[in-house]
Amino acid sequence: MSSQRPYVRSMDGWWTRNAYYMRYMAREVTAVFVAAYAVVLLVGVVRLSQGEAAFNGWLQALKSPLSLVFHLVLLATFVYHTWSWFNIMPITMPVMFVGGKRVQPRTITATGLVAAVIACAAVFFFVRGTQP
Amino acid sequence: MKRSNEPIFWSLFGAGGMLAALIGPALVFITGIAVPFALMNPDTMSYTHMLAFSQHWAGKCFAFAVIALFMWHAAHRIAILLHDFGVHAVALVKFGCYGFAFLCTVIAGYALLTLGG
Repeated sequence: MSSQRPYVRSMDGWWTRNAYYMRYMAREVTAVFVAAYAVVLLVGVVRLSQGEAAFNGWLQALKSPLSLVFHLVLLATFVYHTWSWFNIMPITMPVMFVGGKRVQPRTITATGLVAAVIACAAVFFFVRGTQP
Repeated sequence: MKRSNEPIFWSLFGAGGMLAALIGPALVFITGIAVPFALMNPDTMSYTHMLAFSQHWAGKCFAFAVIALFMWHAAHRIAILLHDFGVHAVALVKFGCYGFAFLCTVIAGYALLTLGG
């Protein structure tokens, strides 16, 4: 009777084994920060629906130094999200042909990044234009 | 063969990821840094201005889309991430992640609807 178990190599910390896995992990972990930001906005919307005093409390919380640090971290992860999102886009989207030629991965990535810069600028200037 | 529900979650993941990639950095900068710390007019996010924004149908839809899609995007990635970290209770993880995203979606929708407009 065999009670021996075969050796199974541990998978603990597998993503630290090479740079490709590390990049994968960094990219996927941005989701935690995206969720955190969505929660911040959700709280803002809920507080808004509860009236002026409640909403001003939320605004006040945003002005704390801790909130600033938190949002700087968020900003960095969001920029990394944008960067990585368009970097894997050539793999995640269907193969595209223009004029019978396959669109190069770097063209797809570059187009996405340019679109993101334009979209961010558009949001920024739109908000600035609607300032009271 | 049982049809997979994966395409639904993947579409929400993709939509949220795309929205976050395109405008996420600008939103974080405006709401978390520029307005609270007066790099932009602080009244941009005043109660009256935000109320008017969320009472307009476009503002309502925008706020709802950002909150819900960001959450569904994150839920999908975090579900897979937990598997990568050795949590293999797939059904439970999916229930937790998608359930949380669903809850946030409902709360956001409810709050925005009660704001009227």
